[in-house]
Amino acid sequence: MKKNLLISDQPLSLDQCYDFILSDECGGNAIFVGTVRNHNKGESVKHLDFDTYEAMALKVMDEVADEAIEKFNIEKIVLHHRKGMVSISEKAVIIAVSSAHRDGAFQACRYAIDELKKRVPIWKKEYLENGSYWVNAHP
Amino acid sequence: MKIKCFGISRDITGADEVEIDISSNGISVSKLKGELLASYPGLSMVSQFFIAINHEYGGENDVINVDDEVAIIPPVSGG
Repeated sequence: MKKNLLISDQPLSLDQCYDFILSDECGGNAIFVGTVRNHNKGESVKHLDFDTYEAMALKVMDEVADEAIEKFNIEKIVLHHRKGMVSISEKAVIIAVSSAHRDGAFQACRYAIDELKKRVPIWKKEYLENGSYWVNAHP
Repeated sequence: MKIKCFGISRDITGADEVEIDISSNGISVSKLKGELLASYPGLSMVSQFFIAINHEYGGENDVINVDDEVAIIPPVSGG
């Protein structure tokens, strides 16, 4: 298995991602972790809520993983994303990639998080001091 | 036909799924968007939205059939 995909309402595990990508053939391992920031556009953020169209999200994550493998000739890739309520400083997303050399690992990791943010049907609602809003929803 | 709603589109329609009547010949994505905007004018406040057909992004001219799984996809914001 080259790919490991997960959408979970439980805390994400870095160890689980790292264990999956480790390979005797690989000398370059890149991991990106997106955590929940306590501010956005000058407002104090209390927590986030992720809504997901899970069946489609997993399908698009699978496509992104296949593209990363194809484009950058990497060995293994992990895409894990939280759903539901997520607190400040918690991990919202983990991308982990292993490759023979570091270039492919860095590039594939960057590609996967960028494409995930563009295409995977997951929606972030930010809860502020006074109310809440869906990120990116309005012009 | 039932249409799934997520994110801001769920808030606007007030439901996880909405029902739109379509003919047995199906309906194009652009026409369905027009029907949705007519039924839920609040959707015009969203910067843009896509229609997913069977877990894939639909093109404007793609035709949706009655037994397809269809969803409104407002601008995504994962990660």
